[in-house]
Amino acid sequence: MTAQQVKSHSIDMSSVLRDKDVSQQPTETCIKVENLNLFYGEKQALHGINMEMQKKKVTAYIGPSGCGKSTLLRCINRMNDLVDSARIEGKILLDGDNIYDKSVNVAALRRRVGMVFQKPNPFPKSIFENVAYGLRIQGINDKRVLEETVENALRGAALWDEMKDRLNDNALGMSGGQQQRLVIARAIAIEPEVLLLDEPASALDPISTLKIEELINELKEKYTIVIVTHNMQQAARVSDYTAFMYMGELIEIGTTSELFTNPSKKQTEDYITGRYG
Amino acid sequence: MDNSKIGHHISEQFNKELEDVRNKVLAMGGLVEQQLELAIEALITGNIEQAEFVIGQDSQIDMLEVAIELECTQILALRQPTAFDLRLLLAVIKIVHELERIGNKAKRIAEMAVKLSSHTNAMPKHDMDRMVELVKAMLDNALDAFARMSIEEIPAITERDQKVDREYENIVRLLITHMMEDPRNITRFLDVMTTVRALERVGDHARYICEHLVFMIKGENVRHLTQEELVDKINTPR
Repeated sequence: MTAQQVKSHSIDMSSVLRDKDVSQQPTETCIKVENLNLFYGEKQALHGINMEMQKKKVTAYIGPSGCGKSTLLRCINRMNDLVDSARIEGKILLDGDNIYDKSVNVAALRRRVGMVFQKPNPFPKSIFENVAYGLRIQGINDKRVLEETVENALRGAALWDEMKDRLNDNALGMSGGQQQRLVIARAIAIEPEVLLLDEPASALDPISTLKIEELINELKEKYTIVIVTHNMQQAARVSDYTAFMYMGELIEIGTTSELFTNPSKKQTEDYITGRYG
Repeated sequence: MDNSKIGHHISEQFNKELEDVRNKVLAMGGLVEQQLELAIEALITGNIEQAEFVIGQDSQIDMLEVAIELECTQILALRQPTAFDLRLLLAVIKIVHELERIGNKAKRIAEMAVKLSSHTNAMPKHDMDRMVELVKAMLDNALDAFARMSIEEIPAITERDQKVDREYENIVRLLITHMMEDPRNITRFLDVMTTVRALERVGDHARYICEHLVFMIKGENVRHLTQEELVDKINTPR
């Protein structure tokens, strides 16, 4: 072989390795939390939270019960506005705009930031009407648009093949796992930018849980996802970034692979390895 | 001994499982150390019985390797450990592999002891003394660092590997000279060479154990680094 031929055999494997590593991928901030404090009456539930969530990535919040992870999640679409005693200081920027600005229309914000809860909460209507609901309240009644949107949303939630012949059945007759995917379909039907998932699989059996996790993996192609979970293995499986919270404070946020193999804070280590701190 | 890194799980059973793995590794390390010690002694004294004892004992080490690996696999599957616990198990799987390799080298030395027993004068004993001491100390200190779960001493241990390599080169040069002077004994000197090579490899494996320990305790992968880079990684706070 000539030197030229030898050279043509040289292989640079660094790009192969980089592809798998989130920390090496380009990122774009979608949500930025700045000095966020939240009080329920006198009691402070969140203490000076600062963090960023990346576009089209999955960020998981983990931490013991009562650490404020659901509270923080609910701040992102202003669900805490519905709690009378809740008071918020600080900012949450969605694509650079503060969602707590006085000029913000909360209904419009919630169209951009969809939410799915722990227990599936389908409406006592047909499967079709559940998914079409968001469009109908926006005044869209064109049959063709509705049908197309419902089909796309159900496909997006990996439900279409199972449900395409049962669209007029009552949603309450579906299994828990199907109901949860239906609720996700309802959330993505209005094409939000962000999906907030509050323990979306904690009430489901292992197979339904895996289906939801698989779905999350597909959904992040299009949406920025924030998920709260009690199941650490689930956080490890589905998320790109993980934030560990404790007693209303953000202790650590990092790429999931780093946080689960080599966390930088002892409190995180104690929690994820199941030690008492 | 500091067990704090292993203990304190909410699951007492998990503590026990990790503690058990650790104890088995320490037992295996003790056995490997003894094998090496006995093999070298047999080589120097030409004691065939002792050498054959070492060869027979090697299967014990193999058995321990398989058992510890199985235990680690089960813990990984059932507990889904994270962070230090995960790194501990991954490192243990690698460390027992290194120990098994060292066991093989001890066996090899014992086999050479049998072969060379009638020619003990073929051994450049005095020239090997220093290398033997260095290698034994490396293994001893590496196992000690594992027992204490501490990486403080690691740079000093791995530095000795460089000295072992230099000693090895010196002995090889010496053996080549002997071979040139007395070609009738080339076969015998090749056996001596094999023995010295086995010793040198023990030093390498002791170094690898140290590298796995750094990964386990600090979470930094320090494989394939120079001594300077390794020291730098160990001393840099995360």
